[in-house]
Amino acid sequence: MAQVTLRKVIKKYDEVLAVRGIDLDITDKEFIVLVGPSGCGKSTTLRMIAGLEEITGGDIAIGGDVVNDVPPKDRDIAMVFQNYALYPHMNVYENMSFGLKLKRTPKNEIDRRVKQAAQILDITELLDRKPKQLSGGQRQRVAMGRAIVRDPKVFLFDEPLSNLDAKLRVQMRTEIKKVHQKVRTTTVYVTHDQVEAMTLADRVVVMNAGLIEQVGSPNDLYHSPATKFVAGFIGSPAMNFIPCHLEQAAGALRVRLSDTLAFPVPADRTTRYSSHAGKSNLVLGLRPEHIIETRPHVEPNQHDFENVIDVVEPMGMETLVYFTIAGAEICGRVNPNAGATAGKVMKLRADLSNMHLIDDGTGRVL
Amino acid sequence: MADVVARDLRVPARSGQLTLHKFARRKSTIAFLMALPLITIVLCLVVYPALYSIHLATLNKSMQHFVGFGNFEFLFRRNTFWMVVEQSLLFAITAVIFKAVVGFIVAHFVHNLPAKGQRKWRGMLLIPWVIPPAMSTLAWLWLFDPSYSAFNWILEHIGIDHVAWLGETGWARFSVILVNVWIGAPFFMIMYLASLKSVPEQLYEAAAIDGATWWQRIWYVTLPMMRNIIAITALFSLIVTFANFDIVRVLTKGDPLNTTHVFATWAFRVGIESGDIPLGASVSLFMVPILAVAATFILRDITKRGSEV
Amino acid sequence: MADAAIATTAAATPAHGRYGSISRDRRWALRWSYFFLVLFAIFFLMPPVYMFITSLKSSAEISAATNPWWVYSPTLSNYIELLTQNQYLTFFRNSAIVSVFVVIITMVISVIAAFALARMRFWGSAALATGVFLTYLIPDTLLFIPLFKMFAWVNETFDIQLMNHWWTLMILYPTLTVPFATWIMIGYFASIPKELDEAALIDGATWFQTLTKIFIPVALPGIIAATIFTFTVAWAQFLYPLAFTTSTSELVLPVGIVTTLIKGDVFNWGQIMTGALLGAAPPLIIYAFLMDYYIAGLTAGATKG
Repeated sequence: MAQVTLRKVIKKYDEVLAVRGIDLDITDKEFIVLVGPSGCGKSTTLRMIAGLEEITGGDIAIGGDVVNDVPPKDRDIAMVFQNYALYPHMNVYENMSFGLKLKRTPKNEIDRRVKQAAQILDITELLDRKPKQLSGGQRQRVAMGRAIVRDPKVFLFDEPLSNLDAKLRVQMRTEIKKVHQKVRTTTVYVTHDQVEAMTLADRVVVMNAGLIEQVGSPNDLYHSPATKFVAGFIGSPAMNFIPCHLEQAAGALRVRLSDTLAFPVPADRTTRYSSHAGKSNLVLGLRPEHIIETRPHVEPNQHDFENVIDVVEPMGMETLVYFTIAGAEICGRVNPNAGATAGKVMKLRADLSNMHLIDDGTGRVL
Repeated sequence: MADVVARDLRVPARSGQLTLHKFARRKSTIAFLMALPLITIVLCLVVYPALYSIHLATLNKSMQHFVGFGNFEFLFRRNTFWMVVEQSLLFAITAVIFKAVVGFIVAHFVHNLPAKGQRKWRGMLLIPWVIPPAMSTLAWLWLFDPSYSAFNWILEHIGIDHVAWLGETGWARFSVILVNVWIGAPFFMIMYLASLKSVPEQLYEAAAIDGATWWQRIWYVTLPMMRNIIAITALFSLIVTFANFDIVRVLTKGDPLNTTHVFATWAFRVGIESGDIPLGASVSLFMVPILAVAATFILRDITKRGSEV
Repeated sequence: MADAAIATTAAATPAHGRYGSISRDRRWALRWSYFFLVLFAIFFLMPPVYMFITSLKSSAEISAATNPWWVYSPTLSNYIELLTQNQYLTFFRNSAIVSVFVVIITMVISVIAAFALARMRFWGSAALATGVFLTYLIPDTLLFIPLFKMFAWVNETFDIQLMNHWWTLMILYPTLTVPFATWIMIGYFASIPKELDEAALIDGATWFQTLTKIFIPVALPGIIAATIFTFTVAWAQFLYPLAFTTSTSELVLPVGIVTTLIKGDVFNWGQIMTGALLGAAPPLIIYAFLMDYYIAGLTAGATKG
């Protein structure tokens, strides 16, 4: 069983706390992604799991055994680095078999494992080439092959796709997912790209400033973020945050964005929000896909309004419109044929069924 | 939940397991041992002799008595000593300036060539630096020979008087500097060539668009970008040229009349040939303040660059 | 859109348009470059060529003072005499043995020390690295006198005679070669990405295996460059052997040629030049074959410093 457990893990560099107490339970065969902005401690956490960094406080256990003092080679892990870290003077076959050779695995066993991994990754024709003769995507595959060959308990990926161009990244993302389906091993994957996190993970761990903000499935994080940070981090284009007031008028709750604009709160949320009416420091969170162009049929909780459009970005399958409400820049996703023009007023529709109300003081989603 | 987790985790037994702390400490000691031969050599054969020479300089000729600054006072009163100081500085500064200029010019010309040709020319032009200085200085000695100088033969044929390359003070000093430049300029060329290649082509294009002539391009683009390399090679070369022994020793042995002696050769004459070791040590020691000044400049420059990066 | 394109091409083709003048500039720059480079090449290559010319002359031709730049009756007598004489061969042998051993000693010490300093952080490693670099700045001309006295002391105390033995040089030369070689190697090792170490660590390599199976192969160009330099410096040494070896049987090549072939007032220039040329041969031959490593080592060591 290859579950990974982190209990109150702390990492201190001199006087700086890079990781400030992490508790995480990763189940066997799970693909979990640590995501967050640079400096949030995700790479440090991964390296502590690998044994490349000493653990200042807390425990890390792999497969039930605490591994705090166990050197990397005995932890039964394999790692794929951002810069692939392929040995430049060895060919692909030697790169993949280096670890096994050091363990004195018999030759035919090495051969079997290398050929098997090469087949999974479709690199069999590259076995006698040197790294400098390979493209970025091929090198990444060799790096994964090196990891697969070791047949470890846990795969660790440290931002493996950051060095690839955008198109290749999308390709390799799918490759990695396919490999995980074939080789069902517990995987801990670190990235700063939330799209990678969403597409690859069984569960996503959003980290910020050395702490975990939220753990959950991609859908949970997208639709039910727990904090403002998670709400703004997940999803592209990012969620719109508009400072607002909650007014109670004639038994109905309304979200007031400006002197001229206020939306009624959906009925199913009135009980949840009513206790916060009148509070200052409230922010309305609304995703761009919930601000659309007006359509003939009005659904419940949809409300029309008008605004001058600042910038129009045609994306092909949709058009992004940017406009300002009460000083906040808002993004909406409209149909490309809706006639959005910069500088002109446009009729828009806000769908509040998926609104989020955030307490800006605590950062929590109410 | 936490309890269940706690009970499920097994902590390995301490015995026989290398804790990460012990591992790190062992790494430190291993590393120290690996650097030990280097440290030993440097301490015993560089640092200790350097300090020992200070002690030696305070003894009398037979090394029985302590004479304090006696040797230094003696030197200060000797005319030859001051000539040596002047000559050492003269050779070092002049030679380095010429080496830098020649090196820079040649580097520029080589840089203009197409890439394939560069390799051949680079190879040819570095040869003076590859030949052991003692050997090539012999060749120059022969070229400057009072009776058979090949240069004088050419001069004769174009109607100019023979030159006493090594016999007259002025010419002898010129010859020493010339050989110094001949041996050292290729090194500068190679360094400058490498540095020239690292100047982005786009800077020159921008300058050309701004209307700069070739001279202005050199002054405003090339030289500032190469400032670091120019400074470092110049300082290095100053130290090496200042302390040079081989060239003067083989070419002139310090003559005529001690007018080409430098610290190294005079220390050798005084210390080993005349057998007065403390006096020789005193002479050598005078190089220290000048070398120390140059070394501080280099160190400052390097650490400054290091913090810029 | 199309009009703009036509306009720019029209502007580019007039008689004194920018494009035309740049390529003409380039051609003239090239011609001047070659011209001056030939002049400089003559300056730089003239002495070795002259050495070669003289080496083919008999003593008679030299004293006849004919055109020094041409050989009228070339002869290999100088070469034959020198190479059949025991003395010269002894010099060559001494130089060769000393140089080879110094190279081995230096490379072993330097590679291991450089690995420790570049990769393993221990107390004082940064200071030591700078210190290594600084010792390179203390010239041998400062140290030879105290060393002279130190050897005398060793003789008195331990009854080991260090003076006048060519193998003493094997102890001395490393002081000149190790700091520079270490410095070059530190530069090369430092440029190896840290992830490579970590990958090796995860693959299960010990420090020693990381050094031998990863670092040394990857830093091989640097090792070759450092080896070449060490050899060249050791071979060319003049001051230390001059100070510490006096008997003919113990001399190395540079000293041997300068001191023995100049007997009193009689200079046998033919033989001297031959001796000098043969003495310059090993570094030159190595240079001819491994020139790229040589140059790479020089520039890498400097640009990293």
